[in-house]
Amino acid sequence: MGLTADFPELTATARRLRQHIIRMVGAAGSGHPGGSLSAVEIMTALYFKVMRLDPARPDWPERDRFVLSKGHAAPVLYAALAERGFFPVEKITTLRQLGSPLQGHPDRKALPGVEVSTGSLGHGLAVANGMALAGRLDGRDYHVYVLLGDGELEEGMVWEGAMAAAHYRLDNLTAIVDHNHLQIDGRVEDVMSPEPVADKFRAFGWETRTIDGHDFGQILAALEWARQVKGKPAVIIAETIKGKGVSFMENEAGWHGKAPKPEEVEKALAELA
Amino acid sequence: MTKIATREAYGRALVELGRQNSQVVVLDADLSKSTMTAYFAKEFPARFFNMGIAEQSLMGTAAGLALSGKIPFASTFAVFAAGRAYDQVRNGIAYPKVNVKIAATHAGLTVGEDGASHQAIEDIALMRAVPNMTVIVPADGEETRQAVFAAAAHQGPVYLRLGRPAIPVIYNADYQFQIGRAHTLRQGKDAAIIACGVMVHEALKAAEELTTAGLEVMVVNISTIKPLDREAVLAAAATGAVVTAEEHTVIGGLGSAVAEVLATEKPVPLAMVGIRDTFGESGKPDELMAKYGLTAADIVAAVKRLKGKKD
Ligand SMILES: Cc1ncc(C[n+]2csc(CCOP(=O)(O)OP(=O)(O)O)c2C)c(N)n1
Ligand SMILES: [Mg+2]
Repeated sequence: MGLTADFPELTATARRLRQHIIRMVGAAGSGHPGGSLSAVEIMTALYFKVMRLDPARPDWPERDRFVLSKGHAAPVLYAALAERGFFPVEKITTLRQLGSPLQGHPDRKALPGVEVSTGSLGHGLAVANGMALAGRLDGRDYHVYVLLGDGELEEGMVWEGAMAAAHYRLDNLTAIVDHNHLQIDGRVEDVMSPEPVADKFRAFGWETRTIDGHDFGQILAALEWARQVKGKPAVIIAETIKGKGVSFMENEAGWHGKAPKPEEVEKALAELA
Repeated sequence: MTKIATREAYGRALVELGRQNSQVVVLDADLSKSTMTAYFAKEFPARFFNMGIAEQSLMGTAAGLALSGKIPFASTFAVFAAGRAYDQVRNGIAYPKVNVKIAATHAGLTVGEDGASHQAIEDIALMRAVPNMTVIVPADGEETRQAVFAAAAHQGPVYLRLGRPAIPVIYNADYQFQIGRAHTLRQGKDAAIIACGVMVHEALKAAEELTTAGLEVMVVNISTIKPLDREAVLAAAATGAVVTAEEHTVIGGLGSAVAEVLATEKPVPLAMVGIRDTFGESGKPDELMAKYGLTAADIVAAVKRLKGKKD
């Protein structure tokens, strides 16, 4: 179990999302490919298998919520939203252009399907907590997902949110950490280590599970597990590779926030064909 | 035209300063290759502290270093320096008057494609409102270099506002920057443009263009927004019409600071070129500057309006 061959459709979708990311960032001439590519399988599982969504009704009260706390990974969110039918795929090449709904960092006012405007790191978990509390108050059974970067865990606000989620026993909330071990200035462990991540969340009152964040079997099982956790919030620590799927971008801090040149776009798309 | 980004000039000046003064330490929050503190980190690894993506910790640690005799320069993007860590700056640095130099890069709309979340358009207002804070917005690379040295020599908190893109050089090494002193770049009797940062170059272009309309316009670079050079503002007011220009919201920035002096000491017609109470968005820096009314043409139009001339 867990081999990509077991999930042919999701695997094909993930490949398309990667192609979209490369095209999008290439066309924009700036943006963040590395942390978008590392989250592709997680986003594919959420948007194409797990979350209750209706692209025709982005404000449907019963929808599951997704918060991209690591807002710079906007390209992977846009790729998922486009592929899922929230907006036409052709629009992806307008990323970061004046007037485009595809802002450099997600803007909820500009694009239906974007739940929270992010870009300033560390905010997402607290906002997700608020959505989870409201769901409970309103007696709705939607689930709230929040995706965090591992460098982002250095923000104190993440741990304030972690404390609150456990305090309020938010079992309708699942956090996912994209543990790609890189941030801008280098390896997360070298710049400002947040380790041991799982132990920290456990100490804050969370249930944790560590998985291979590129393995659909493990991702789907962990997301199912997280929904079953009762009386506590759950966090999935997804071990990933920054730049995953494009050989020259993999594990390279330099591809955090740099766009591929036209010939690099061609090379990347050839690898993803 | 030679161009250099003020953040680039900052990074180079830090290295120069670090060689002269061993008390200088530098802190960053995972943006050292963007704020250009990476140059200092390379030459003085022991005196460089990367605090990770934790701007509040960045400012608090800088305060502690300063309270122990060091001269810390703390750098991150302006939105995070003035916004995310506002309370650490206010209560941890400004109130106790701690000797921290906050060098905030990527200020204003010229951040470009990253969009509104990364474009500090209100940081001058925030920092200017805090007692004990000195606020400096250099107009070019040379002024930045000198401002870095002046900030290090100054006792007390300083907020240095720097930009992302390369901008035209205005000054050479003969120029002498001094905290609190404006610099008149061009004399004129019909109106005065008071500008800061990247808008100083636009102001010079505007003044040149206005000569064709028969107007002799003074251009004043007020790089120290606080303490403000009141004499320079009053001298500008003597022309009878003042236009301010800043890459910042018109609420609380340079224009407001000038208006406070004029309204209380010498009321003259005033127009403010700046962002009109709105967030920015993604786009190329030039496109954004045009869309939000921050070009030489906008300054020209403002001067003509004040002088009762048709555009
Ligand atoms: C509050 C804040 N500080 C700094 C930044 C600049 N920044 C953008 S991405 C990034 C690194 C993020 O690293 P990580 O969370 O590991 O993301 P990933 O590796 O998944 O891309 C930084 C410092 C920001 N967006 N917000
Ligand atoms: Mg990371």
